[in-house]
Amino acid sequence: MPRIYIDNVPFEVKAGRNLLEACLSLGIDLPYFCWHPAMGSIGACRQCAVKVFKDAEDTKGRIMMSCMESVKDDLRISVCDPGAKAFRAQVIEWLMTNHPHDCPVCDEGGSCHLQDVTVMTGHDYRRYQFKKRTYTNQYLGPLINHEMNRCIQCYRCVRFYRDYAGGKDLNVFSAHNHVYFGREKDGVLQSPFSGNLAEVCPTGVFTDKTLKEHYTRKWDLTNAPAICQHCSLGCNVIAGERYGQLRSIVNRYNSEVNGYFLCDKGRFGYEFVNSENRITQTLIRHRTAEAVDEPTLMSHLPNILIGHTVIGIGSPRASIENNYALMELAGRECFYQGLPDNQVFLEQKIVDILSAGAIHTPSLKEIEQADAVLILGEDIWNTAPVMALAVRQSVMKTAAAHVQEQVPLPGWHDAALKELAQESKGFLANMSVLSSPLDEIAACQAHGAPDDMARLGFQIAHLLNNTLPAVDNASAALLQDAHLISQQLLLARHPVIIAGTSAGSEALIRAAYDIAASLQSSERQAALAFVLPECNSMGLAMTGASSFEKALAIVQQNPDVTAVILENDLYRNMPADLVDSFFSKCRQVVVLDTLHNRTTEKADVLIPVATFAEGDGTFINNEGRAQRSYQVFMSPDKVLKEAFKWLFEMKVIRSAISNGHDVHPDEMLAGLERAYPQFKGIAAVVPPHEFRIHGARIPRESQRYSGRTAMQANKAVSEPKPLQDDDSPLSFTMEGYRGMPPAPLIPYFWAPGWNSGQAVNKYQQETGGALKGGDPGIRLFRDTGAQPAWFQDIPDAFTPRQGKWFLLPQYQLFGSGELSIYTKGIAALSAAPRAILSTRDAATLNMATGAAHYTVR
Amino acid sequence: MLSTTEKEAIDHEIGLVPHKRATVIEALKIVQQHRGWISDDSVEEIADYLGISPAEVDSVATFYNLIFRKPVGRHVILLCDSISCYVMGYKSLYAALQDKLQINFGQTCPDNRFTLLPNACLGCCDHAPAMMIDKDLYRDITIEQLDDILKKYA
Amino acid sequence: MTERPLTRNIYPDRPPMNLKEYENTGGYAALRKVCSTMDPAALQKLVQDSNLKGRGGAGFSTGMKWSLIPMGDKATHPKYLIANADEMEPGTFKDRLLLEGNPHQLIEGMILAAYAIQADIAYVFLRWAYHEAAALIRKSIQEAYDAGYLGTDILGSGFHLEMYLHTGVGRYMCGEETALLNALEGKRATPRAKPPFPQISGLFGKPTIVNNVETLCCVPHIVNNGAEWFKGLSYSDDGGTKVYGVSGKVKRPGAWELPMGVTMRELIEEHAGGMKPGYALKGVLPGGASTDFLTTQHLDIKMDYKSVAAAGSRLGTGTMIVLDSGTCPVGFVHNLQHFFAQESCGWCTPCREGLPWVEKILLALEKGDGKPEDIELLQMHTQFLGPGNTFCALAPGAMEPLQSALKYFMEDFEQHVGHKKCPYD
Ligand SMILES: Cc1cc2nc3c(=O)[nH]c(=O)nc-3n(C[C@H](O)[C@H](O)[C@H](O)COP(=O)(O)O)c2cc1C
Ligand code: SF4
Ligand code: FES
Repeated sequence: MPRIYIDNVPFEVKAGRNLLEACLSLGIDLPYFCWHPAMGSIGACRQCAVKVFKDAEDTKGRIMMSCMESVKDDLRISVCDPGAKAFRAQVIEWLMTNHPHDCPVCDEGGSCHLQDVTVMTGHDYRRYQFKKRTYTNQYLGPLINHEMNRCIQCYRCVRFYRDYAGGKDLNVFSAHNHVYFGREKDGVLQSPFSGNLAEVCPTGVFTDKTLKEHYTRKWDLTNAPAICQHCSLGCNVIAGERYGQLRSIVNRYNSEVNGYFLCDKGRFGYEFVNSENRITQTLIRHRTAEAVDEPTLMSHLPNILIGHTVIGIGSPRASIENNYALMELAGRECFYQGLPDNQVFLEQKIVDILSAGAIHTPSLKEIEQADAVLILGEDIWNTAPVMALAVRQSVMKTAAAHVQEQVPLPGWHDAALKELAQESKGFLANMSVLSSPLDEIAACQAHGAPDDMARLGFQIAHLLNNTLPAVDNASAALLQDAHLISQQLLLARHPVIIAGTSAGSEALIRAAYDIAASLQSSERQAALAFVLPECNSMGLAMTGASSFEKALAIVQQNPDVTAVILENDLYRNMPADLVDSFFSKCRQVVVLDTLHNRTTEKADVLIPVATFAEGDGTFINNEGRAQRSYQVFMSPDKVLKEAFKWLFEMKVIRSAISNGHDVHPDEMLAGLERAYPQFKGIAAVVPPHEFRIHGARIPRESQRYSGRTAMQANKAVSEPKPLQDDDSPLSFTMEGYRGMPPAPLIPYFWAPGWNSGQAVNKYQQETGGALKGGDPGIRLFRDTGAQPAWFQDIPDAFTPRQGKWFLLPQYQLFGSGELSIYTKGIAALSAAPRAILSTRDAATLNMATGAAHYTVR
Repeated sequence: MLSTTEKEAIDHEIGLVPHKRATVIEALKIVQQHRGWISDDSVEEIADYLGISPAEVDSVATFYNLIFRKPVGRHVILLCDSISCYVMGYKSLYAALQDKLQINFGQTCPDNRFTLLPNACLGCCDHAPAMMIDKDLYRDITIEQLDDILKKYA
Repeated sequence: MTERPLTRNIYPDRPPMNLKEYENTGGYAALRKVCSTMDPAALQKLVQDSNLKGRGGAGFSTGMKWSLIPMGDKATHPKYLIANADEMEPGTFKDRLLLEGNPHQLIEGMILAAYAIQADIAYVFLRWAYHEAAALIRKSIQEAYDAGYLGTDILGSGFHLEMYLHTGVGRYMCGEETALLNALEGKRATPRAKPPFPQISGLFGKPTIVNNVETLCCVPHIVNNGAEWFKGLSYSDDGGTKVYGVSGKVKRPGAWELPMGVTMRELIEEHAGGMKPGYALKGVLPGGASTDFLTTQHLDIKMDYKSVAAAGSRLGTGTMIVLDSGTCPVGFVHNLQHFFAQESCGWCTPCREGLPWVEKILLALEKGDGKPEDIELLQMHTQFLGPGNTFCALAPGAMEPLQSALKYFMEDFEQHVGHKKCPYD
């Protein structure tokens, strides 16, 4: 570890870092703009200047950009040097010459990196006397707002959008002090990662348009650490509320999972919480007054729960606590997944593979660090977007690593590495049913039927491990691809294989496993990642419960079944005739859900439940990482509580056993762990609900939360008593512990001097590293070093069958989500429903190009 | 659509560099040579041909001052406004041109005959003031010569 | 008469020599000599010994620059050699003389330089406005190919070289060597961070040398006549001759090749014929728009890198611009700052935001709207836009004439503020 002197104090710092990173990691406030921990340095903004001295004798020193200098043993620098300070203040004065004085009406105000740095540098008096430059703004679609006059030309937007995320339609135009960041013309930003612009932009040029509709300052939000609900990756988010509405989602840094970035579905897909379609009333159907209050419901429930067979239908989008509570209510044998046979089978296979532990399943960060990636049959661009972003980083970083072998450049030197690497890329093979934007960076891509891709996979496995069988009747193209891919995978030290369930093919999962297991060796650490459909698909699958068809069989045999359905629109997951027949056979149907849908219409008893924003819950992501999502706000509708609370009360009704108080999530997890060893360790996912620091809770509201005494003044003159949270160490007030909470309990990133999200640097062990105390989440699958168990049955090549259609669902990032579609902007950007035909099928049908309609019998 | 001649010229340039996208500037020059300026359509056509996005092409096009993203007149007058020409009186030359053509820097005559632009040092400081019309360089210009010079350009 | 190797065969009233004529005056003899008798290392050493310093402005030793390029079997290929013919520094017109006067001299110099660093591909990066030079270079490159001086196995030496002409589309920044590389890659001409230096990661990420036209034109003569001869041409420690130029209100503005180290007085009074009647010399930018003013007190300094630096300026491109007694120094500097602000690439904050501010203050002063604080603000900029504070040398270059104008012509600035008008109007 090099020792450097900062203002004459010696520090040990990590080698390979630049001075800015070193200073920030040591907790020294050094301002910056163009540097970004995930994107490295370019040295453009000149904000991070420090003095660097030749040796102990040198008192004059030179101004240098700390982000562009590597740490070196015995280096002497000064942050406090008056010359360096004056220069940093001057940089802000320059930026301010054109920056509007519109903080009061700017969405960024109060969480603005530019404000932070302006205060930090001490610039406060304007000497520039001339007119400011002005620009016209662009319409960038329903999600992102553009206000170019606020731009400080740090180039972060284009570096993120274009270089990091591969977007094509945002760039920098013109030159000198006219440089402009935007699209070549007005229009919707095409990248599904566009929302990150709102966070990478240090000021209010790119802001969240959905927030604008119900604007609230950062300091006025009630926040909680939450988990994204929109796919199986479990990105960490901060959700913010005011006036009983969920108002914004921003990234919650977790170095192992999402790092600094979210996808647009995750960021903007929160509006379902505020939807008019929310279920807000407990209902008992077939009565004159269907809407009932809680006591009436409670007195009704024994009629349908006691003395009847109760079965539970679980949910891949409900928390593990909710699912577990239903398992407890219905009994282990009477709990079903509410998913079709095929899906349950696929997910079970994945759980079996991962719990055997012969092969490691990677975090997103590990995928980012892979040096070769094979995607076998999963359209991760649509089903796991942030994983696609991680794959892109792997491709770029591997290319950089190759050139670093020739020219030893530090990893932070972003522009130089790109200049050196030019168009070269790391290895990615993208095999999926349809093409995706990932193809562009793929060295190898093929698109076809799932069985054919699986055959390619098995052939690759065979080439890697000749004890595995070769594929019969393989086409020349398949053999060639398999050869190329296997060669490239063999060159890698950390290859990652990605598969998933969206193609509905078990053979793909088996083939992916065989490849990964064949690659594993003493010098090669292979990893195998799976993508599942929903935010708690993994948790549900790990219960090992049976499919919906099994539940159907029960109700077909037993005429006295009360079915309790948890947060699951069965019509989305199963064919309508099966679901209809299920309902026709059930004697009583109890549905607990958040939004009205076709299934809730069938409920005899309908119970509203909390969304992630109104309740606590633990979700298990695709890598088997359990992560807690905390209640953001307590709904004024008391009935909107977590499903597990309702279900627990129902269990009390059925069994007359109570624990004597309202149940909380810790108990659920403890029970789960006791009853199901596969969940071992999950109870430790977060500190217990009674956890306090110096006797204090962790406040969801900032110290600057305003209007508390007035915001309810239309209802009562006196300030209402703050709501109590009995389930977590978080409070619904601004009072409480002001220091740094444990990582899983961070409700927002905020530190003295850092009102913007950049405050995250204060929460990390080192810049870009793990959060202090370790990133949140508990991995439930453990690597066991077990010997792999090979799969060998290779499917036949796909051959179309006369008169039959082979249909595959095509997931769309915007459109396929059950919940995200409630965000207006996402709905507007969703493609119309459509069927895509292969060109061969279109030809057999004599379909003309451009024909919009075709009737299929 | 790029014309065959334009494509051939661009293809030639593509052959000289390690990757296609490196020919953006050449392609812009070629198209501008044929069409006088670079329209939004031209940007898209070039982007298409090089397999990059229009934003990428326009990012480059708008950086360089001699790629015209707005239509220009039949003849482009570049009047040197840099230091030696300043010392030698380019300002009175500019005033004379404004007077004769009734346009300012950045403007085009209504009859589309001339576009008048300022230009940084033309590299003939020893013969200042200087100006360039299309590809013709004029040096040591006096106001008296202007009429004769302009006459040559219909 | 002193020797003028670079311009000996350039006559203002005659078209430049074609290949045959060039050969008849000894052209390509140096290439023949190198191909048959010298290895790259020997050529590098010869140039290093000659004390040739880059004529592009910074005056860095050419031999030293070349020595940083990876050589030998393990070196990355292709390697590139680039002639920087972007000449856009206001007041600079020396490369034009060499380009239009003797294109083969440059091409031969480039082939030699390419040989020394074992480059595979060479570019002439020519500014757009030099149409005549473009035609000549294009023709001369073809002639050189036809004669076997370019292409594969040049003169049986086993050395291959392809050469292309690239013409720019404007922007002074393209002359900055790393921005030039970006321009050649079809990108925005913003500069690159150094390190890594172009010798290691240059054009398309490959080892690259960028040299000024005049620098390269010296090389054939060094090969023909030796390092000692080259050093002997000079009146100072820096080797060779220099193409000097004078513009402004002098009797005979022009460019002349003279021994490195002639005095400023000789240049202005003899070669340029002294000031025009009615004008006195007030100041001089000795080497283009981005050098510090010198004044009458400096007339006897030698125009070489060291002496000009000692006097508080830079030799730069060696083409001087004369500020006369009839021209307002504030207006003069405003014109320069207008140029620099326009040509800032927009990459780094100090330059992008600072130069337009400076320009506006100077304009306000000219118009009589200046305030006493403005002078402080100008001074602040000269301090904070200094070398190292900005990403490249453009803004620091821009500050040189300003800081020295504030030093030598402060009275003029104060008068603008005090009288609320330009005293020269
Ligand atoms: C803004 C800027 C513009 C420049 N323009 C030129 C130029 O037009 N021609 C040139 O030869 N060097 C120019 N230079 C210097 C080059 O960066 C580089 O130092 C030079 O080409 C190296 O050649 P030499 O070693 O032969 O002098 C410029 C530098 C800067 C900072
Ligand atoms: S000093 Fe900065 S903005 Fe100016 S030209 Fe250089 S890099 Fe560009
Ligand atoms: S953060 Fe270092 S120059 Fe921008």
